[in-house]
Amino acid sequence: MSIIHEIEKAHMRTDIPDFRPGDTVAVHYKIKEGDRERIQVFEGVVIARKGEGLRETFTVRKVSYGIGVERIFPLHSPLIEKIEVKRQGRVRRAKLYYLRGLSRKASRIKERTKAEKKENNQTE
Amino acid sequence: MIEGLIGRKIGMTQFFLEDGTVVVATVIKAGPCFVVQKKTAEKDGYESVQLGFEEVKPQRVTKPLLGHFRKAGVPPLRFLREFRLLDGSLDDYNPGDVVKVDIFKEGDIVDVTGKSKGRGFAGVMKRHGFSGQPDSHGGMAHRRPGSIGQHSFPARVWKGLRMAGHMGAETVTVQGLKVVKVDPERNLIMVKGSVPGPDGGMVIIKHTTKGRLRRAV
Repeated sequence: MSIIHEIEKAHMRTDIPDFRPGDTVAVHYKIKEGDRERIQVFEGVVIARKGEGLRETFTVRKVSYGIGVERIFPLHSPLIEKIEVKRQGRVRRAKLYYLRGLSRKASRIKERTKAEKKENNQTE
Repeated sequence: MIEGLIGRKIGMTQFFLEDGTVVVATVIKAGPCFVVQKKTAEKDGYESVQLGFEEVKPQRVTKPLLGHFRKAGVPPLRFLREFRLLDGSLDDYNPGDVVKVDIFKEGDIVDVTGKSKGRGFAGVMKRHGFSGQPDSHGGMAHRRPGSIGQHSFPARVWKGLRMAGHMGAETVTVQGLKVVKVDPERNLIMVKGSVPGPDGGMVIIKHTTKGRLRRAV
């Protein structure tokens, strides 16, 4: 496996901020339209991170005009201009698929407190 | 130039192109291979080069083979395979020479041969892609093949009828794979797509024999 890791490492992005399921992020994603390129921002809650290394993806969920929208982004895609972490949420699960069944109010996620963040950063 | 060499499948990965397209690729550790023997038209009736790959301890090899290796002046090797020459350049290769991945370059089209993963005794659904039969509504035949023939004519089962049986663990060649990266320093080659066999399995990489693709090389 180590050779695969090495090869993947060379392609991996280093400018990706730390975020985890429950966090609210804004993904700036490059969209090609013909020969024009523009940036689309997709903001929502990270409900899953899957895979490892270069193949890792994350799922962002938002509710747009009352309709739930989810997008899966490859974490190391060159099409991601940047990822902004807007809010760090406190959740007790790695996959937040249960949010799909909840309405607006019930799907609120508490923010991680400063103490929690500090503790987590130390362990990381 | 020699048509190919021996390697081991390392595993699969993927990487991004600049436009964000994902390319799925297999990493193969190919070579360095030693030239162990030359077969000439005068002596053997045809021309080819026998390559060996992966050093092993001398005590792992039979004595007759050991003599074979000593004659070529190479260490004992695990795998021996013959390769033809693409342009009759037999004189470029002599026993003891080393063949490395640099016989391939990015963009080449190759054929990769390996031994597929063994699936044991497999039913017709897995082995031949049969549809099976209803799981419900009273059906009890689930994964069975169904009828295997008619009645008084032919009064037997046709030869070659697809049935359950041993699957996998056979030699499989995948043709027309594109080389996406060659790393001569680490003896690595990456080809687009998948390759037969388990990670760590022995594979043979050759320049493609497909005419259409070969011309592009």
